[in-house]
Amino acid sequence: MTLAEKMNETTQSRLVVNGEAVACKAATLAQLLAELGYGAAKVATALNGEFVPEKARAATPLATGDAVEIVAPRQGG
Amino acid sequence: MSTTTRAARSAEHASAFTVYGTGVASRLMLGTAQYPSPQVLVDAVKASGAGIVTVSLRREAARDKGGQRFWDLIGGLGVAVLPNTAGCRTPKEAINTARMARELFDTDWIKLEVIANDDTLQPDVFGLVEAATVLAKEGFKVFPYTTEDLGVAERLLAAGCEVLMPWGAPIGTGRGLANPYALRTMRNYFPGVPLVVDAGLGAPSHAAQAMEMGFDAVLLNTAVAKAVDPVAMARAFAGGIAAGRTAYEAGLMEQRDMAEPSTPVAGTPFFGLGQKG
Repeated sequence: MTLAEKMNETTQSRLVVNGEAVACKAATLAQLLAELGYGAAKVATALNGEFVPEKARAATPLATGDAVEIVAPRQGG
Repeated sequence: MSTTTRAARSAEHASAFTVYGTGVASRLMLGTAQYPSPQVLVDAVKASGAGIVTVSLRREAARDKGGQRFWDLIGGLGVAVLPNTAGCRTPKEAINTARMARELFDTDWIKLEVIANDDTLQPDVFGLVEAATVLAKEGFKVFPYTTEDLGVAERLLAAGCEVLMPWGAPIGTGRGLANPYALRTMRNYFPGVPLVVDAGLGAPSHAAQAMEMGFDAVLLNTAVAKAVDPVAMARAFAGGIAAGRTAYEAGLMEQRDMAEPSTPVAGTPFFGLGQKG
């Protein structure tokens, strides 16, 4: 492992976002949405199965192994 | 209730029925999934006259603006939105899906589904009662997708539900009212509770039958969305519902086992002359 890789490992979290493995630098849920490019998208979020309100995202820390759900309005019956 | 009272009641309210204190103009609640195109969906909703449409929430990838597009489409319909928890298998999943839906759709209405079985998509009534109890305490107005079971219905009402949505038949089967006896019993047992037949309706006659029994509304999706002409089928369901409801208010005749002539017997030509060659 190179030094750069080692440094990366310390600054990156490995998450599961919408069922897929994602490596990211974000320390909070709000930062994750920005890093992944959601911008101002109309989405709702959950962390490890629990709803996280929009206003709580900035204060919600992320750690390796966390499972994040990012959902949007869709057709339904 | 007498026929007169029913007619008077329907005449004095512009709303077809009231749920959680909100008057709903139409007895048809329509799902928004599986239409051949967004435009057909819009046209079908308009043709149906539905006052409430159901929606869901699903995983969205970054930069996929599908959620915003769908939200804008629904916003243009001018109808109330009822988000569902379709696909949830546990109370925890359903509860957290409901919380996400409340934030996304800005409504405290939730069509609560906790599914027990992949093949039948039947409600997990134990999980349903558990989730409804939690959500009602959080201020949700829960529309539970349930069975005809009266004991479960009592539990849901005790949990705070003010409407019940028993299945007609398993979701997507189009089989109509699989257990009309149980549905009629439920209607009679809860005369004052808004009851919506949800799922399994395949034809306007099925919706008419539910209306004739006195159900307050029906909720359907596949029968319209998967019709060859969804817009025409939406109109057909609206017609079936109108006919069935009018029939209920008019008071249906009692069924009898033996025939009884409708034409007067008195004065029948040749009456009493015997049966000679």
